[in-house]
Amino acid sequence: MEIKLKHFRAIRWFNWINFPLLTLMIWSGLMIYWAYPVYGIGPIRFFPDWFYSALHLDQRLADGMALHFVLMWFFVLNGIAYVAYTLLSGEWRFLVPRTFKTFRDAWHIFLHDLHIRKELPPQEKYNAAQQIAYSAIVLMGVGSVITGFAIYKPAQLAWLAALCGGYTMARLLHFLLTIGYVIFFIIHVVQVTLAGWNNFRSIVSGYEVVNRRD
Amino acid sequence: MTDEEIRRDLRRKTRRSFLTGGVAAVAGWAGYQWFTSARADSALPWPQRRVLDFNGKLSHSYLSNSGLMPTYSASEVGYLKPNGSIGLDDSDEWSLHLQPGDGIPGIDLRLADIQALPRVEMITRFCCIEGWSVVAHWTGARFTDFTRKYLPPNGAVPPYVYMATPGEDYYVGLDRKSALHPQTLLAYEQNGRPLTAEHGAPLRLVIPVKYGIKSIKKIGVIRYTAQKPGDYWAEEGYDWFAGL
Repeated sequence: MEIKLKHFRAIRWFNWINFPLLTLMIWSGLMIYWAYPVYGIGPIRFFPDWFYSALHLDQRLADGMALHFVLMWFFVLNGIAYVAYTLLSGEWRFLVPRTFKTFRDAWHIFLHDLHIRKELPPQEKYNAAQQIAYSAIVLMGVGSVITGFAIYKPAQLAWLAALCGGYTMARLLHFLLTIGYVIFFIIHVVQVTLAGWNNFRSIVSGYEVVNRRD
Repeated sequence: MTDEEIRRDLRRKTRRSFLTGGVAAVAGWAGYQWFTSARADSALPWPQRRVLDFNGKLSHSYLSNSGLMPTYSASEVGYLKPNGSIGLDDSDEWSLHLQPGDGIPGIDLRLADIQALPRVEMITRFCCIEGWSVVAHWTGARFTDFTRKYLPPNGAVPPYVYMATPGEDYYVGLDRKSALHPQTLLAYEQNGRPLTAEHGAPLRLVIPVKYGIKSIKKIGVIRYTAQKPGDYWAEEGYDWFAGL
């Protein structure tokens, strides 16, 4: 038996700071969205009235805007710090998919997780599916900041709004990205739960147990 | 090291990390409680109000007055919901009271005085703070032309402009740069016709670089001032700057 440092201290902090920050961004975002809740698919409305009232998100546009436009700075700073750290530490090599094989491997992992396929492709620190998911979430973060500022300053940053397909489109994209985070979060938590204690401990303490091959 | 020693070491590391995490979580929670329940400054906990004012200053310093709201063609004009009616009394008698400075006697202006200024047509997006927006068509006088004609005594507009409905039930505060923005209009027509009562007849402000809450209807009072003026919705917990 042997223990090995898996996640650097900085990475652990970035992860755990991002979690409440993103939660509060979504929380305050819902208070803002409540004032003009126009999205839906067919008869399914995002979101029904009981959803807001149950979570006390209704009638709080001012609260939501204040929280959103305060916490956005911390969210952005944490994101920049995380990306900068992965670049400087070289950790990005484990996180960013570097070949097309990654996408095929990710598909095989997906089939494996659904118990359709038996064997798993070989992996480094993060498997192919994780690499894609963790890279995508960073890009989504960038997307949220871009669409967010396009909605926040459609006059002074009119070029940014135009880049997002206009003010109305920017708002829709900002909303869809948020739905994306929620889906990511659900899959992430399920995967972490399935991966077990040794894995979870490593994002808190940094260390994981590896069985020495003697 | 034996497996037992390794286990003990790992347990120690884990315990320490969870303890640190626990302390950080409690500190974060306490910080959030303070942040959301600190003494209110205009219906908002003061730390949040400070950051909103900082955001406003940042926009004001680096952005405001440089960018123009995109303009549209007449075919893109949509239906503008008349959202607010605070301060829109039924009185037909109207005049615009201009107070050109703090403590300086004002003058009363008529609509013809505003219509005598260069006439400007503008089709821009009107963004409501609720999140909806619509392309709207306005005609009026640039506020910057208005200030040139109706100068404050020393010839310069002070840092702020205050506007209110005739009874001052609804009022907005504007920073000078935004007020003097080329797209800030004293509008008297919408879609080529005189303003309707619900859209603020006979004269309203249209300021596309701000949320609609700043586009005050039925302006009865304009005051140039050195003091940051009150603002109806800022006092209800919204951002004072409210710039787009």
